[in-house]
Amino acid sequence: MLKILKYSFYDLIRSRWSYIYLLFYLLLGIVLLFLNSDIGKAIITLMNVIIVLVPLISTIFGVMYYYDSREFTELLLALPLKRSTIFFGQYLGVALSLSMSLIIGLGIPFLFYGLLASGVIINFLLLIVTGVFLTFIFSAFSYCIGLKNENKIKGFGYSILLWLFLAIIYDGVLLTVLIVFGEYPLENITLIGTILNPIDLSRILILLRLDISALLGYTGAVFKSFFGNGVGSIISFFILLLWVVFPLFLLRKFAKRKDF
Amino acid sequence: MIKIDSLYKKYGENHVLKGVDLEIEQGVIAILGPNGSGKTTLNKCILGMVFPDSGNISIDNQSVLNKWDYRQKIDYLPQIANFPSNITVQELLNMIKDLRGNKTQDEKEYIELFHLSKFLNKKLSALSGGTKQKVNILLTFMFDNPIMILDEPTTGLDPVALLTLKDLIIREKNKGKIILVTSHIMDFVEGISDEIVFILEGKIYFKGSIELLKEKTNQESFEKAIANILKQNYA
Repeated sequence: MLKILKYSFYDLIRSRWSYIYLLFYLLLGIVLLFLNSDIGKAIITLMNVIIVLVPLISTIFGVMYYYDSREFTELLLALPLKRSTIFFGQYLGVALSLSMSLIIGLGIPFLFYGLLASGVIINFLLLIVTGVFLTFIFSAFSYCIGLKNENKIKGFGYSILLWLFLAIIYDGVLLTVLIVFGEYPLENITLIGTILNPIDLSRILILLRLDISALLGYTGAVFKSFFGNGVGSIISFFILLLWVVFPLFLLRKFAKRKDF
Repeated sequence: MIKIDSLYKKYGENHVLKGVDLEIEQGVIAILGPNGSGKTTLNKCILGMVFPDSGNISIDNQSVLNKWDYRQKIDYLPQIANFPSNITVQELLNMIKDLRGNKTQDEKEYIELFHLSKFLNKKLSALSGGTKQKVNILLTFMFDNPIMILDEPTTGLDPVALLTLKDLIIREKNKGKIILVTSHIMDFVEGISDEIVFILEGKIYFKGSIELLKEKTNQESFEKAIANILKQNYA
């Protein structure tokens, strides 16, 4: 698997898109720091961008790479290699190169701005770690979508739908439920609803860490009591991890039965 | 030895293989048939790229379904030479050698045979169809494994390269290998093959030597014999 990872990674870091992605984060970091002129505030703004854009870019990039490397995949399939090795290797190549762009692209401007001396370094690290989690989750989903759809257009369509659903529609539905059933105590339902969506879960994790949960009212207090203590954060990270494992499980299942 | 037992495969409603039984001992076996008769699907089943719905394939008395390490014994030349486009020929060679875990293999002989040395540092996307096919052939022949599957090996080759390919196949055959070839060029098939397997609508219609085929169809030439089968079945 390491060999496949090596070649996929090598292939990807030579592709134009990795650099565009890296450049995008570099610019984003620099612009935010200048606009906010405060590292703590820049992190909050950055959170909003990361939570929405990282999943989008990971899904699109993942599905694009899947279709792009079909020839390479077919070449590999005729070699004495295990199928899961081939696909996991490629997936890791995508996820790692995207994560690297994220870490380097955001790391450089923040480091130069004096992140190490700022006291918000933990917040920044949390942001990056969640960003990496989201990258791994959504590129795995996009790989599953690629494997299930021979047709590129359909594949791209489903990928965007998946992102749209988890990033936007899901929240809308959850909010509607909360408004309709406003008379009832809904804290636990909100909590469960949040956990079931990796984007929401990441957002809450960061919000709580940034100590702006007071904005969330009573529900915020419930969240704080759940996520704020040690057990809560461990559970949340565990759930994020499950969100990575789940699509990988699907990936393995799809890859095993697919005809090329 | 390759043994195939009642192999079935359908894509959706399209039944491609409808019970293929085949036993291959040694030599060059040409798999013939009209377009869409299931030749490539059969090859891909042997390679494990396509999963049959039922039936069994075994190589040297061991079932190969859902296994992967047996591919160490197989060299495959795919029908369409699709390579990752942004790497050079040399990088591709090194990569395949590395992935096969066979770094010492010497490809120089084949590079000279097909005059590929000036292309080694060119990207694969910059090569013509025929040159890509030569690279494809080079990648297939350089590992010297006991089974070769050649899917339309002649595509895009110039007459000189075609002759070289013929000689290579005969040379490999004499080493005692199993070589499966699909092709639509009857001259080429006649020149190299020991046996013909004719697939028609997902079943094996004929298996035997070219002489036997001519006898059976009452035709003088191999080309006419094949045309005869097709006419009979489509008329």
